[in-house]
Amino acid sequence: MISSRRDFIKTTAATAAALAAGPGLRFEPAAQAVTAPGADPLVLELAAEALDAARSTGASYADVRVGRYRRQSVGTRERQITGVSDSESYGIGVRTLVNGCWGFAATSVMSRPGVRQAALEAVSLSKAARAVQKRRVELAPVMPVAGTWMTPVRRDPLDVPIDDMVALLLAANEAALKVKNVRFVSSGLALLREVKTLVTSEGTSVTQTMIRVGPSFSCTATSGSDFQTYEAELAPRGLGWEYVESLDLPGNAERWASIAAEKLTAKSVEAGQYDLILEPTNLWLTIHESIGHATELDRAIGDEANYAGTSFVAPPEKMLGQLRYGPAIMNVQADRTQEGSLSRVAWDDEGVPADRWLLVERGIFRDYQTTREQVARIRKLTGVTRSHGCSFAESWNAVQFQRMPNVSLLPGAADIGVADIVADTSRGVLIRNRGSWSIDHQRYNFQFSGQAFYEVRNGKIVGMLKDVAYQSSTPVFWNSMDLIGGRSSYWMGGAFNDGKGEPSQSNSVSHGCVPARFRNVTILNTARSA
Amino acid sequence: MRHPSTPAPENPRTQAPENPRTRDASSIGAPLLSRDDARALTARVLAFSAADQTRVTVQSRWSGNTRFADGSITTSGGTADTTLTVWVTFGRRRASSSTNVLDDASLKRTVDLASRLARLAPEDPELMPELGPQTYTTVDAFVAATADLDAETRAAAVERAVRAATEAGKPAGAIFTAGFLEANAVAVAVATSNGLFAYHRSTEADFSVTSRTPDGTGSGWAHGGSRDWDAVNAAGIGRMAAQKAVASRNPQAIAPGLYTAVLEPQAVTDLIPLLAGALNARNADEGRSAFSKPGGGTRIGERVVDERVTLYSDPADPALRGQPFDAEGLPVGRVVWIEKGILRNLAYSRFWAQKQGKQPTGPPQAGGLALTGGTKSTEQLIADCARGVLVTHFFYIRALDQRTVLQTGLTRDGAFLIEEGRVTRALKNFRWNESPLLMLNRLEDIGRPEQTAAGRLMPALRVRDFNFTSLSDAV
Repeated sequence: MISSRRDFIKTTAATAAALAAGPGLRFEPAAQAVTAPGADPLVLELAAEALDAARSTGASYADVRVGRYRRQSVGTRERQITGVSDSESYGIGVRTLVNGCWGFAATSVMSRPGVRQAALEAVSLSKAARAVQKRRVELAPVMPVAGTWMTPVRRDPLDVPIDDMVALLLAANEAALKVKNVRFVSSGLALLREVKTLVTSEGTSVTQTMIRVGPSFSCTATSGSDFQTYEAELAPRGLGWEYVESLDLPGNAERWASIAAEKLTAKSVEAGQYDLILEPTNLWLTIHESIGHATELDRAIGDEANYAGTSFVAPPEKMLGQLRYGPAIMNVQADRTQEGSLSRVAWDDEGVPADRWLLVERGIFRDYQTTREQVARIRKLTGVTRSHGCSFAESWNAVQFQRMPNVSLLPGAADIGVADIVADTSRGVLIRNRGSWSIDHQRYNFQFSGQAFYEVRNGKIVGMLKDVAYQSSTPVFWNSMDLIGGRSSYWMGGAFNDGKGEPSQSNSVSHGCVPARFRNVTILNTARSA
Repeated sequence: MRHPSTPAPENPRTQAPENPRTRDASSIGAPLLSRDDARALTARVLAFSAADQTRVTVQSRWSGNTRFADGSITTSGGTADTTLTVWVTFGRRRASSSTNVLDDASLKRTVDLASRLARLAPEDPELMPELGPQTYTTVDAFVAATADLDAETRAAAVERAVRAATEAGKPAGAIFTAGFLEANAVAVAVATSNGLFAYHRSTEADFSVTSRTPDGTGSGWAHGGSRDWDAVNAAGIGRMAAQKAVASRNPQAIAPGLYTAVLEPQAVTDLIPLLAGALNARNADEGRSAFSKPGGGTRIGERVVDERVTLYSDPADPALRGQPFDAEGLPVGRVVWIEKGILRNLAYSRFWAQKQGKQPTGPPQAGGLALTGGTKSTEQLIADCARGVLVTHFFYIRALDQRTVLQTGLTRDGAFLIEEGRVTRALKNFRWNESPLLMLNRLEDIGRPEQTAAGRLMPALRVRDFNFTSLSDAV
């Protein structure tokens, strides 16, 4: 990275603040037991061939990504298996810049002629794009780098025998089925190992191995006239098999199932204004939708206008350092280095080193998420001359573009937990786990539900509720936050399937947060019969 | 205020002069698998398997796309890939493995891995044997003009759309335009060790444009989709997006509540497939569906929506041109889900059909989806409306309650007030909580079905008491 002194000071100050507040994970993985593999010599040879073809036909810049994705999934319902599958995908994507226009081509034909043809196709796409060009692409500088990195894991989940996985899931299902009225259970595991080599015409050559695990568990209780489902919030993580074991699905399933059964007799909520207490298992997704997506620079400048939408955090010149996102207790950090998180890497898909910076500092909006080509759009406003390293593609066959890093609400100064927040609340609703979620295309109006809802009266939980959703507008909602948990109440949720872009691509991202209270939020009753 | 209508196709001279995808000289990767190639490849894989039963599915795909924003192409891509999946069965144990590396060594590894996984998997009491030879309807869903859509032709179409949008947007100043053009060509094959072989190829072209006015108060969107690129009018789509943007400026807030809504065909296309997703027979039999009968069984034979509504899938319908088989190679034919308001069918898997003594249908949308029952244009539905809300399309729809198929979502890119049969002003966007199932019981009128995307035939609808629940500041 080549950075100015001003950039260095700014980044250092922000990082120091973030680190000071930065919490640890509840789950602490042991030291890495699997070492990072280097690049396959054939991959480097094919990458060199593609780069040579791109440069010799006019590309001023080119990058080549070779990816090998191995995915495994196991699904069950009640006492049986619904599917066991394993998949492998291997190929190369070539991105070229000619006259300031991008072109991208990808192929699974992994031979010298195959990758050469892909490079030539990318160059011809770059040339064709010139017919519709108002702005030339300008890339922020990055220091060429060589290296390898791997998600720290004690046990690679793809080395775990399939019957061990099935046994774990069926034991959890069995425990859940013991609970009265619980008739349906489904559980599953999704495992990924991604090996990615990036080689650029500027001299970067890095190989990274990313490991991710995603467990799931859901159960349904029925009575003659009603059915109610409870989904456990089992956060997917960038961790090994040891994380799946630590969740103890068989030991927790009966408790989860009894929540589904209890929902059958829960009181239907009375719609109105309540103080809302969100546990981290619910709040992480609200952060994702109302802060994570709203602070993506591609939305702010209109690149996503036709699909995922734009953002209310625009235009940048009227927002940076000026927008009051929330109260002074609100600090929101973007981070690609966090242990166990889904978007943790060493370098992004442009070879930019992983970064950590504040998006919101003491309630004020400070910075966006950026890639190399986006830096010039806000450099004069932020003084930041480096990319924040947010360029990613879901696969070798997709072009990299701006994707969300882990975006997290940092803990408050006082180390309080959800019990303390409940004790301080006279009339409220407490929500656990994510339910239905929806937000508008500029990230204002949202409506979220949950999996378990509780009525709070005079500092105590007095009973269970159902049919609950909360609806608000982002700036109003965050400015109504008046109490947040401390370090020991921090928890990190996440998802594999954050969609954006055309063609649509999935991104894996985590969000850490603490429980928080929001004053006078609209609660809806979602039961409907006509 | 005039309501912009669906653009008619341009002159088909937009077709590419060369046909790289339909000939051997493909620009990237291998050309799309032919029927003979697919038969040879699947036979090779079946020969590697020593299992009791084996199924091989192959998907060979080419995709070309061009994305643009603010007057510049932002990304442009071409990809080619072929993925093969092997399903291996020993007794009642089954597992699958897939790869896109198609040399013999990799294919053998894939068969071996699936075999290993299958031996480790527990017995599946619901396992159905692989199918033997079947007879399929021939569906011609492959159009060369789409499969051959190259980067220059795509860029030229984008240029026409941007020019048309810029011209139509002039009343609002320098209009911002973004959009996406994608062409896909796909070949799918299924083969089993019991002698089944199925092959189908199809194309799909989609073009969408969003225009935003420079004052930030207006946004419009238009879309065209078809198996045939020549049926997509790029300039017309650009023009309509800009006209909508201009018309939607300075939206006014009206109190959220129950309003008559005129849903344009694209808005109906956003909602109705969610109803099709609720047509699962097993969930209904198990008492966890909107189509469960209280006390047990399903609601087949009952009137579930307005008696003018018919909902069906039919791969052979020339307006749908769907795939005539599912992932197991089961033939997919015409299935009428709802006929004149009566629930006639639910989607039965092979296992559940056997258990319940029914015919298996395949997944509910395998053969495309059509909602019919009306003949009027969108303009007539507006003209017959005393007071209501006109909706261009919806955004971020998510399920709220499976018991009623209740959904939540937002209006986007043009919501307008209708008064005395005319569109009178732009409205702020709404969040709504509504069910496609309940909504079809409050139907005032049905429009003429239009092709809104490949495999989708949907009309405009006028619905009473559509539940708009809150206002959105989003433009």
